[in-house]
Amino acid sequence: MKPANLLATSTFRLSLLYMVLFATSVLILLGFIYWSTVAFMANQTDATIEAEILGLAEQYRERGLNGLVSTIKERVARDPDSSSVYLFASSNYAPLAGNLSAWPDVDLLPDGWLNFQFEDSGTEGRTLHARARPFVLDGGLHLLVGRDTRELRATQQLIIRALSWGIAITLALALLGGIVMSRGILRRIGQINQTSREIMGGDLSQRVPTSNNSDDFDQLADNLNAMLDEIERLMAGIRHVSDNIAHDLRTPLTRLRHRLDGLQISLADNSPLQEELQRSISDTDQLLSTFTALLRIARIEAGGAPANLVQVDLGALLHDARELYEAVAEEKGLRFILQIKDPAYVSGNRDLLFQAIANLLDNAIKYTPAGGQVVISLKRENNIPVLMVSDTGPGIPAEEREQVLQRFYRLEPSRTTSGSGLGLSLVSAIASYHQATLSLEDNRPGLQVTLRFEGPTEQQG
Amino acid sequence: MMRVLIIEDDREIAAYLAKGLREHGYTVDQAADGKSGLFLATSEDYDVMIVDRMLPELDGLSIVRSMRSADNTTPVLVLSAMGEVVDRVAGLRAGGDDYLTKPFAFSELLARIEALVRRTIASAVTETELRVGDLELDLLARMAKRAGRVIELQPREFRLLEYMMRNAGQVVTRTMLLEHVWDYHFDPQTNVIDVHISRLRSKIDKDFGSPLLHTVRGAGYKINETR
Repeated sequence: MKPANLLATSTFRLSLLYMVLFATSVLILLGFIYWSTVAFMANQTDATIEAEILGLAEQYRERGLNGLVSTIKERVARDPDSSSVYLFASSNYAPLAGNLSAWPDVDLLPDGWLNFQFEDSGTEGRTLHARARPFVLDGGLHLLVGRDTRELRATQQLIIRALSWGIAITLALALLGGIVMSRGILRRIGQINQTSREIMGGDLSQRVPTSNNSDDFDQLADNLNAMLDEIERLMAGIRHVSDNIAHDLRTPLTRLRHRLDGLQISLADNSPLQEELQRSISDTDQLLSTFTALLRIARIEAGGAPANLVQVDLGALLHDARELYEAVAEEKGLRFILQIKDPAYVSGNRDLLFQAIANLLDNAIKYTPAGGQVVISLKRENNIPVLMVSDTGPGIPAEEREQVLQRFYRLEPSRTTSGSGLGLSLVSAIASYHQATLSLEDNRPGLQVTLRFEGPTEQQG
Repeated sequence: MMRVLIIEDDREIAAYLAKGLREHGYTVDQAADGKSGLFLATSEDYDVMIVDRMLPELDGLSIVRSMRSADNTTPVLVLSAMGEVVDRVAGLRAGGDDYLTKPFAFSELLARIEALVRRTIASAVTETELRVGDLELDLLARMAKRAGRVIELQPREFRLLEYMMRNAGQVVTRTMLLEHVWDYHFDPQTNVIDVHISRLRSKIDKDFGSPLLHTVRGAGYKINETR
């Protein structure tokens, strides 16, 4: 299955939608966890600092300024790696005691706290983040008590990283699940589509395969198969009826033709009845040929498995058609042009293909007035054999081009000329038998009939 | 006297064929079903057979197949119901020598029967030159001459003339010409063949005294020396 196909399936789109919904919920959930954890930890830090401040305030109250300074020095000395931050500074912020080298140069936050960065006095001189509360003591002296927040930040980072991974894994799993699920469903739908195409191609005996686990796809397949059985039964019925009609009409028609034939032989050549008899025979022949053409179209359209398919050289076919029809065209004063740009082969029935070309040429020659031209051409477009027959006759009005392919449809001016009105219908039936598309276009002036053989073709013969 | 066997279940058509063929000098045997038809075909000696495809007991193609597997090479004309190109191919593949779709003009059937009979006789000798009156066709040099004068022919005209001359004195129909000279079996809506015949006629007949190429009304064409 190509990726483009996968994206186009409703299953995959649905699973993508679920993935987005799921990811959003996970994001909200994890965001809440993050927010409450971080808030809790920040509160803890603040509470620790407040406790230190309480302790120091007690020392200050009991032992005065000296007691405060000695307590600070003692604490810094006792635990140099402590995350506590102290700074005792003069009225002009010159450091007097503590483990900060300078008073932080930041503005006070509205809640009375300071968030600042400082150089680590210890090992590597890293930049550390800290949170502290400043106080002004008697005599304009300044005190700063706080903690560096590296642990808090590290924990935040850890949580963010964990959450990002969580979301990434969730998305990946959802995507993978979507693909696996869509593929499974696609395979089932693909089977149904494949079968439908084969049936549309004329093979009504095909059935949708079932997986024997009675899921909803099996039910769909069973329903489709039941429908196909019914269609096949009906079509067999129609074919049976039309075969019967064909047989029932054919036999008396054949006998009629033969009797007229016998009559003509037994009648003297100079009998005045001969001419009348000849007309009756012609009418019977016309009837029979219309009938034959109808039956042929029906048989070709009913298709079945195309039998006796061979590689047909379309170029050779056109050469033969030219050889057969050029003389007729010349007699009528038409220029007959054959253009073979590329060789092309199609798998098909040679006689039927020639019949189609002959019908198109018959029409082109019949409707093109003297001095015009008839062109047959063959080329390959995107490796598809394209056969064209164009003339400079009156053409067919755009709104009637679809209808002329239907049985017995004839343009008003041609009603008076001979012909069964089945020529183009037969071409159309032969075209679909060969999986070719038939299109009629304006040749400005005239008609251009194009046959595109889009079915399976061979590169070379 | 040519002997012909007709295996056809439609009695009226069989009677009509038998009557017509007898009038043209054939001795006719008839069978109305496949089994008795095959029995006659294998026990008697016929020059040509007409076999309907759809028969009770045993279908026409099976008869032909049984005959061919028993090395019986009697030429067979297979008759079939309404036109199906696919049918025709199947008929020829089964060993039929020619194929005709009902309904047909009797003249068409007669022309084909005579062509089949003649082909069996002619196939014994490989001809290198055909001759009708003062018209000569040299098959090796691919050259046509009438009264000693060389006639320029297109390759297809040569094939057309060759086929006509091989069946000299016999009627050849338009569909026979399409099948044997152009090698296509189809129904032309116009008489494309007529133009080719008239062009050939202008080459071989126009400048010479007596015409050789004749139109047989309601049937086809015939090449023969004028009596």
